[in-house]
Amino acid sequence: MNVASQPALEGAAPIDRSARETVLRMRQIDKTFRGGVVALHEMNLDIRKGDFISLLGPSGCGKSTALRLIAGLMRPTAGRIEWEGGGGKDDLGVVFQEPTLMPWATVEQNVWLPFRLQGKSLGSCREKIYEALALVGLENFGKSYPRELSGGMKMRVSIARALVTDPRIILMDEPFAALDEITRQKLNDDLLNLKAKTDATVVFVTHSVFESVFLSDRIVVMAARPGRVVKEIEVPEPYPRGIEWRTSPTYATIARETSDTLLGTLSPGAEVH
Amino acid sequence: MAAVDSSPSGAPAPQLSDISHAVDLEEEQIARRKRAEEIGKWALPIIVMAAAIWFWDRIVVWNEIPHFILPRPGLVLETLWADRAMLFESLWVTVKITALALLVAVVGGVGLAVLFAQSKFAEMSFSPFAVILQVTPIVAIAPLIFIYIESKLVGLLLCAWIVAFFPILANTTLGLNSADHNLRDLFRIYRASRWQRLIYLQLPSALPYFLGGLKIAGGLALIGAVVAEYVAGSGGIDSGLAFRILEAGYRLNIPRMFAALILIAGTGVLIYALTSLTSYLLLRKWHESALKREQ
Repeated sequence: MNVASQPALEGAAPIDRSARETVLRMRQIDKTFRGGVVALHEMNLDIRKGDFISLLGPSGCGKSTALRLIAGLMRPTAGRIEWEGGGGKDDLGVVFQEPTLMPWATVEQNVWLPFRLQGKSLGSCREKIYEALALVGLENFGKSYPRELSGGMKMRVSIARALVTDPRIILMDEPFAALDEITRQKLNDDLLNLKAKTDATVVFVTHSVFESVFLSDRIVVMAARPGRVVKEIEVPEPYPRGIEWRTSPTYATIARETSDTLLGTLSPGAEVH
Repeated sequence: MAAVDSSPSGAPAPQLSDISHAVDLEEEQIARRKRAEEIGKWALPIIVMAAAIWFWDRIVVWNEIPHFILPRPGLVLETLWADRAMLFESLWVTVKITALALLVAVVGGVGLAVLFAQSKFAEMSFSPFAVILQVTPIVAIAPLIFIYIESKLVGLLLCAWIVAFFPILANTTLGLNSADHNLRDLFRIYRASRWQRLIYLQLPSALPYFLGGLKIAGGLALIGAVVAEYVAGSGGIDSGLAFRILEAGYRLNIPRMFAALILIAGTGVLIYALTSLTSYLLLRKWHESALKREQ
């Protein structure tokens, strides 16, 4: 595992992230919808290889818009989104709030989808598909249909599908928001294990302060009306993280700082949804 | 292992074997009701149908109704057997037209739906024609069709098709447009072509809707075939059941009218059973409509 190669850090010495190579740059991004709603104003973000970035903020802060812009589902009104070395077919994996599986296809066929759309046969990808399924602990469920799985298992299939092409960035749009607390906790732990094993680059949208501090190494705090970035908070704790991290004083301090930043962005009368 | 008296957390965990199988009255009752329903599902229709036929027979006997007004069921069966050569030949004609019309309706309906799904403008331009064809009664259109079209077979086919294709078109269009929005986004992110999106996403999403349309269209194709033949009216070698009914009516051969009617009804039931079976076989693995609920 890659974990062993990381230097043992005393306390919470910051990891030098500037040494990582940049994958994607967002420069001065504006997005204005028809009718004049400013969804995003002057957003700047550098996504570097191996980053785990959380976009945190209340409803209407533009975090989902930012994700859709990165995914290429929308074009910015102004500003530039640049992929280092240009865009390609294996740029992205996506996990939505719902598992978004094809109900008529088996688990292995669902995970095969990104390859299938590249014209590759199931046989030629089977090894990779089962590797991805093993990472989420579902290697024995390849022939099952989604309806035979629990909510948490469906979400795992969805994660396996996002991982399978080894994409440059994995986008996750509040992936565990619809799950119960216990399942969510388990999936958060598993996600970090996955991250440690694959060193994937993740952009994670959430409105949970604790989830963002637990998971990410950078928290991008956003505010609404107009949607904008107010602060980036570094979380210098190395991976893997477990229950010790969740109960450590550093965790509490950063969670406090993040919460305060978030509260400071709210205009009087506004509510966090 | 020996029975554990206390689990580490303190409270003694009850052993499964210790729990006696107390009879839950409510569960028993539910199970009993289920068994009754299982039997009733098959037995009731048969019993009630037999009773109805028996009652029909008794009414004729009790009221001494002459057979040229209302024949006894036995006589209808006798006629069905006696005229079997003629009736089944006609049945074959009707079935052929129905099946062909349904086939063309499926091809045309799905083809048009795919076109509509590809282009909003095509949908806006042509859907009014489809609606007008659908809402105008076929008996009103049929005479014109038989004026313009020489071949009787083609005319009949066209009539049956007009009636049958709309539910397939409407349902399949709805199905193609109801593919999950996140899945559509996912296909865009993975740079799927239009064709890939159609084959791997939209058509499978539309399948349950299409099959619903097919069930309706199967019955309508038969109705279309029969109605069109009433309008076409001419006799000859390749006459369908509708013409046999007309002809028997002129001759006051009421038992034969009933015999032909039974064949038409039977054909309709068979078509419904076949389309339902197709639907079940295609959807049983994944679609809600075909799944058995646990409770």
